[in-house]
Amino acid sequence: MSEAAVALHFNVDGEDFTSAGQASVQVKKSLRQLGIDSEIIRKVSIAMYEGEINMVIHAGGGEAHVLIYEDRIEIKLDDHGPGIANIEMAMQEGWSTAPDNIRSLGFGAGMGLPNMKRYTDDMKIDSVVGEGTHIVMTVNL
Amino acid sequence: MKIRQIKELLDAVVVCGDDSLEKHVYSACGSDMMSDVLAYVKDQAVLLTGLVNTQVVRTAEMMDMVCIVFVRSKEPTQEMISLAKENGMVLLKTNKRMYEACGKLYAGGLVGNKTAK
Ligand SMILES: Nc1ncnc2c1ncn2[C@@H]1O[C@H](COP(=O)(O)OP(=O)(O)OP(=O)(O)O)[C@@H](O)[C@H]1O
Ligand SMILES: [Mg+2]
Repeated sequence: MSEAAVALHFNVDGEDFTSAGQASVQVKKSLRQLGIDSEIIRKVSIAMYEGEINMVIHAGGGEAHVLIYEDRIEIKLDDHGPGIANIEMAMQEGWSTAPDNIRSLGFGAGMGLPNMKRYTDDMKIDSVVGEGTHIVMTVNL
Repeated sequence: MKIRQIKELLDAVVVCGDDSLEKHVYSACGSDMMSDVLAYVKDQAVLLTGLVNTQVVRTAEMMDMVCIVFVRSKEPTQEMISLAKENGMVLLKTNKRMYEACGKLYAGGLVGNKTAK
């Protein structure tokens, strides 16, 4: 496989809800500077933002890598949170384990993972309970 | 519909973005759940919400939205205002409730959205 032309790396702080999403904001800016089509930018930013928020509210933070290739953009999210016991269930619209305090912040509709799938051309979730969750999303250029 | 018309229909106060009231919006979305908002594709859309925290502005930023209306007299924080300014977004606030605010805009000709495929 060819090497990524641009590789971005972010640490996502799990302690700070207010700053959650900053990595996605940065990715959006970088993609704009690279002159990527605005529709693609929107897809990548939304998918990454949902994943970033999930790492903050469900997994105590994590790491994000964004790799830009000639023909695609890959978003990799890795955390060492509690993991997802039933991925099929978690992928369903409306399914959420978010407690009330998270819902009062505007999250917990159970739409994040479905949105990540909706806006990307490919999505793989690899999760082990008690170990963590790894997600790779690809948007074709 | 121009943002100026939204302001008038909702008797809204401009929190920031006074110089962008002539911008057009083509669709709208009303919700307090951000992932619901993120499920819809929109171009130059306006978000109506009763939720007040920085993620509201970030959500709108991710979607390239041009305007946020805070209903039920919710006050955006200074941090939200500066985030909105950075992104050239207009923030409005109205004392109307969500149902009435959405109804007024819909009746005024602003339609909803399609879910992203
Ligand atoms: N990184 C993660 N680590 C552990 N559990 C996760 C992670 N991401 C998602 N989940 C689990 O999957 C469920 C569904 O996630 P999804 O993003 O679809 O909804 P949500 O985050 O609960 O709400 P929303 O995204 O609509 O705000 C979550 O409630 C949580 O139980
Ligand atoms: Mg989520």
